[in-house]
Amino acid sequence: MFLIKILVRNAFRHKLRTFLTILGITVAILAFGLLRTFIQAWYGGVEASSATRLITRSSISLIFPLPLSYREKIRQIDDVRIVSWGTWFGGIYIDEKNFFANFAVDAKSYLDLYPEYLLSAEERKDFLRDRKAAVVGRKLAKRFGWKLGDLITLRGTIFPGNYEFVLRGIYRGRDETVDETQFFFHWDYLNESLKRIAPSLADQTGWYMIGITRPDRATEVARKIDQAFRNSIAETLTETEKAFQLSFLSMSETILTAIELVSFVVIVIIVAVVANTMSMAYRERIGEYAVFKTLGYRGWQIGGMILGESITLTSIGCGFGIALTYPIASIAARALSQYFPVFRVPHEAISMDIVASLVVGLLAALVPIYRAVTIRIADGLRRIG
Amino acid sequence: MEVQSPLVEIEHVNKSYRRGSRLIPVLVDINLTLKEGEFLALMGPSGSGKSTLLNLIAALDQVDSGTIRVGGIDITTLSERELARWRALHVGFVFQFYNLIPVLTAFENVELPLLLTGLSRKERREHVKLALRVVNLESRADHYPAQLSGGEQQRVAIARAMVTDPTLLVADEPTGDLDKVAAREILDLMERLNQESNKTIIMVTHDPRAAERARTIRRLEKGYLNDVPDQDPR
Repeated sequence: MFLIKILVRNAFRHKLRTFLTILGITVAILAFGLLRTFIQAWYGGVEASSATRLITRSSISLIFPLPLSYREKIRQIDDVRIVSWGTWFGGIYIDEKNFFANFAVDAKSYLDLYPEYLLSAEERKDFLRDRKAAVVGRKLAKRFGWKLGDLITLRGTIFPGNYEFVLRGIYRGRDETVDETQFFFHWDYLNESLKRIAPSLADQTGWYMIGITRPDRATEVARKIDQAFRNSIAETLTETEKAFQLSFLSMSETILTAIELVSFVVIVIIVAVVANTMSMAYRERIGEYAVFKTLGYRGWQIGGMILGESITLTSIGCGFGIALTYPIASIAARALSQYFPVFRVPHEAISMDIVASLVVGLLAALVPIYRAVTIRIADGLRRIG
Repeated sequence: MEVQSPLVEIEHVNKSYRRGSRLIPVLVDINLTLKEGEFLALMGPSGSGKSTLLNLIAALDQVDSGTIRVGGIDITTLSERELARWRALHVGFVFQFYNLIPVLTAFENVELPLLLTGLSRKERREHVKLALRVVNLESRADHYPAQLSGGEQQRVAIARAMVTDPTLLVADEPTGDLDKVAAREILDLMERLNQESNKTIIMVTHDPRAAERARTIRRLEKGYLNDVPDQDPR
């Protein structure tokens, strides 16, 4: 108890230095937490993916469509429960800066396959009944101030023409990982339009979404699907939803690695800052440590005081850093909502903050502890006066 | 106050320091016996080795050769851990620059050595109060060192040195940083501790007036201790 009293008082002996050190730790922990949140947000789609869903796409590239006729063959494969399909529409709402993800999907099977999109029974019924209906996520509706019954026009970029939709549903996510910024509508509506204006693009889909009975059957089912279309005009590549999401991320892997590296560099920098503070404190107190030894205190007790002081500083900085991470992440989430539908501070980032602060506290104290423990009393006392 | 049986016995002690490749002898074949209840002043010019001798007796430094027995224990054979324990129980220290811990109050500074003794909080409190009463600083118990004068700080240091009731009190230039009045108060206090509480005291000093308060004065010259002690100056 007494040693704790000493180490806390020592920690605040030089108020300006302590303030600046804590400020540095706070900023570093904040930066570390936000970078980890950013990385997590990037992986948001992966986190939300289900182990009982497979995605089948063209083996050449996602941009090559698959014939709609595949759905029946896929349905016949063992352990396949639901087959749905969808196409990236890429429509623009008023202006290109209003970007959001929009898909044409087979409405009923899609809603059955993705129970995490929560719609009221009424909205679901209205959506399924109206071919021009669209459903949007809660955040997207809020962004543009859309209400049920609103008429929304999207200008096609991949598919020519303007497409009008009536907003029939606003879904909520089942949990925080669910993207609430999507826009989806009936694939039939798109297909009928294409039959009229671009028949060569009709009766095709971008990918199939397949619900299977058990996660442990995923590999086998995927293999059977791809085998079914081997040597066809459009060979397929089937993978789990998670692998599908990860394949998108692999394109930006270098950036993510760089961000990850920067987050750890921040920690290394703060080790240097705290180590400098602790070294200065040690130099000023050599005589005091010698006095402690003179009185009969052991090296580990003095080491404990130094370590405690170091960890006190880093813990306070860590506390402030974590406390600031949430409101700043919340501001960032609003600002980046169109790019990162799910931008929330992950628990593991907070755990890493805490571990990092303890590690920084320990590393920064190592050299001063070693010196304080090994210095001869007579040498230490000589530094006084 | 009667001088009793030998408390400190120093035999053929040598100590040297290395400066680069050179070995500089600081103490040469030192022999000294100190009886319990004695008040010894060690005098000598700067660099004569008096502080080094004091450090060796107080187990703050180690001899190159020879033996030092305090209370029958050969401290030159003790491990670092044993020495730390021995110092905590048997030696009280008073330094020239007081060496109080600035973030602790006078009370807490005096309490520091007691934390190693296993006494309860209540017992520690009583001991500290008594020690501060002896040095007449009870009313300043809650003051930090920076709020005390030099003389008061040195009195706190003396209270800290004697709070464990040590066998031996060592003082390295205890009046070296004080004005005349404060120095006299400190010497009065040390004298009282020696005469009334029979504390054995070894004091290193430059100041002949301080040395006069001791029962015995020994002089060190270039690492050699003079053979004949000066007689009790009083």
